[in-house]
Amino acid sequence: MAEQTPKNPEKHSTYLPKEKTSTKPLHDTPMLDKLESGPWPSFVTGLKRLAMDNNMMVDLLGQLEHSYETRLGYWKGGTVSVLGYGGGIIPRFTELMDKDGKPMFPEAKEFHTVRVQPPAGNHYSTDMLRQLSTSWNKYGSGLIAFHGQTGNIMFIGTTSENTQPFFDEINSYGWDLGGAGPCVRTGMSCVGAARCEQSCANEQKIHRLLVNNFLDDMHRPALPYKFKFKVSGCPNDCMNSIQRSDFAVIGTWRDDMQVDQEEVKQFVADKGRDYVVENVVNLCPTNALSLNSDDTLKVDNRNCVRCMHCINVMTKALSPGHDKGVTILLGGKRTLKIGDLMGTVLVPFMKLETEEDYERIVELAEEIIDFWAENALEHERVGETIDRIGLANFLEGIDLEVDPHMISETRQSSYIRMDTWDEEAEKWKERQAAG
Amino acid sequence: MSDKPSFPIESGVPDPFQYMHPTYIKNFGNWKYHERPRPGVLRHVAKSGDEVWTVRVGTQRQLGPYEINLLCDIIDKYADGYVRFTIRSNMEVSVTDEAKVEPLIQAFEDAGYPVGGTGPSVTMISHTQGWLHCDIPGTDASGVVKALMDELHDEFTSEKMPNRVHITTSCCQINCGGQGDIAINIQHTKPPKINHDLVANVCERPSVVARCPVAAIRPAIVNGKPSLEVDEKKCICCGACFPPCPPMQINDPDHSKLAIWIGGKHSNARSKPMFHKLVAAGIPNNPPRWPEVSEIVQKILSVYKDDAKDWERIGDWVERIGWPRFFELTELPFTKFHVENWRGGRHTLNASAHIRF
Repeated sequence: MAEQTPKNPEKHSTYLPKEKTSTKPLHDTPMLDKLESGPWPSFVTGLKRLAMDNNMMVDLLGQLEHSYETRLGYWKGGTVSVLGYGGGIIPRFTELMDKDGKPMFPEAKEFHTVRVQPPAGNHYSTDMLRQLSTSWNKYGSGLIAFHGQTGNIMFIGTTSENTQPFFDEINSYGWDLGGAGPCVRTGMSCVGAARCEQSCANEQKIHRLLVNNFLDDMHRPALPYKFKFKVSGCPNDCMNSIQRSDFAVIGTWRDDMQVDQEEVKQFVADKGRDYVVENVVNLCPTNALSLNSDDTLKVDNRNCVRCMHCINVMTKALSPGHDKGVTILLGGKRTLKIGDLMGTVLVPFMKLETEEDYERIVELAEEIIDFWAENALEHERVGETIDRIGLANFLEGIDLEVDPHMISETRQSSYIRMDTWDEEAEKWKERQAAG
Repeated sequence: MSDKPSFPIESGVPDPFQYMHPTYIKNFGNWKYHERPRPGVLRHVAKSGDEVWTVRVGTQRQLGPYEINLLCDIIDKYADGYVRFTIRSNMEVSVTDEAKVEPLIQAFEDAGYPVGGTGPSVTMISHTQGWLHCDIPGTDASGVVKALMDELHDEFTSEKMPNRVHITTSCCQINCGGQGDIAINIQHTKPPKINHDLVANVCERPSVVARCPVAAIRPAIVNGKPSLEVDEKKCICCGACFPPCPPMQINDPDHSKLAIWIGGKHSNARSKPMFHKLVAAGIPNNPPRWPEVSEIVQKILSVYKDDAKDWERIGDWVERIGWPRFFELTELPFTKFHVENWRGGRHTLNASAHIRF
């Protein structure tokens, strides 16, 4: 799309104030300047606006340009925290020194980030956004990222001295630090029940109950490594929880999905039978759908795996069932150290209705974190612990029984000692009999 | 600032209801269905009959007071004073009156903020901190994203892809940007350069040895000082030793390259979630606009757009057409590096006579 002249240049993402009140002259930034053209809003223009009244941002632009020229980063970590907490601040000190050992960009020699937990579902009023922005402009660079990859609001750029008063101010009106280091990390939950018909759970309640139960483990890092909770209201998993969290909670249902046959007929009338067969019926991963001759839909609910595809296509006609709950998967993570791991099923279905149900999910998380903290190697995510000791041993450690929903196929290797087979088979029969 | 020390109020995750759109609160857990009247707009209908139209707006993620006030002024004037953010840093602004939708879109566009990112579009790239703030970055994040989103602007504001496309970028191989239909990640190609004078003072040596995925690091005395050495024949240049031991510098202006991976998918829809897989590497880390990355991404997107069926994510599409066809259509080279040799990697080989000709 061609760039157009703004209708009101003073109310536009490309606006730069004419008057400069920061005392330090701007550094030349020929490389960064090339990121100011184009239709997408430019973060470089944003940094320059901040530099017009903030010397720290003048020097930040200088250091960033230097990184662009040399293709290297120049921040090192350190230790900065607020009173009472051991984590939540990401300290950054410049490594760029001149020949006398003085910082080349002294106003940005300290440029720490404060990680703050967002409200569950990332809801804000404009009043609150402005209030947070005003507080940060007072004590920091003014630059805020909504949000970092773990889910935190990241207040980017302040000095060691200003970290505590900034935190005190926002803490006084309801905001708390997130996690950094080997600890329970900031959680995430989708918009869910607040504005999505596919929601099968109270995502924000689960998110807040789980994370708020472990605030001591978040603020005083002492676990083997990080531990993340993410909550998605349905198997579309908009929070990427299976791949990106240690403890993934996904809303689901166990009765039949809801079908409004009149709406199905309407959909077929609008789109045609071929379209519905090609885009709905044929894409069902377990062949659980067929289109009847009267343009109604037949569903084999026993073989539906709750993948969400047909519900995503036919939003008016199809919806999740009534008997809702969650599936819990454990152990998702990215590369370090043994390679990528998906979370795998730990609890196929848990009803979350009564307060006792909610207590049970918190207890389960406590049992898992306790066992993992006791038994993991340093810097070992829970998925890696499971990989190292085997799921069966892990389940024993947290007092949970095996379940065929936990696997996609049974063992292929005969290399295992099975002399307690009869006892194990008996346990299964007892559990089946108990229902 | 008060004189006496104040201890934190450990309030944890804030209650979202205090900042939530009143129509969301009223219909919490009671929504009926949704549709997309146009790209960038969602219409949700509640069982009560209430409706909300939600306008999705792309941002630069890092916002200062000017941008926050500019966007909040629009939200206050043309909407209802509430906003939420998606996982990909898009703003979602809801109104209950259909007549307010077009003026709201117009106001965002007049201020230079694109409306889109819904349905089968290329939505905002999820990314990391890069040179702006990270202590171990091989490249920048915001710059790569700005350069790419300039090129993909029309794909953000329309819904012309077979299905949604989630792109991610990451400045090191830890891959904080996450899985993506297309993931653009740093790939180092040379072992770390070690400053032996600093290792003993800066690094906890046993932890660094333990951190290596291929056991290539061992303690050593170098120039009379305790240090670490790397078996460069074993080293896979992953950079895992660099965060716990900054004197083991992995980043290099020429040898830290970019690699592109495709087919990651978080959703359970149709197929199970998938990890992304390598398609291209050795791409120069070329600020300020990374044109070589952009060219490959555009090529993959154009082939996917032409060849995939509706609802196929990039990963689903490649599973249907097979990898030989993918490399044929994209004209990307297939190399020995595409063949998995990590643990369990043999499962990724073709153990069948299923061959497409």
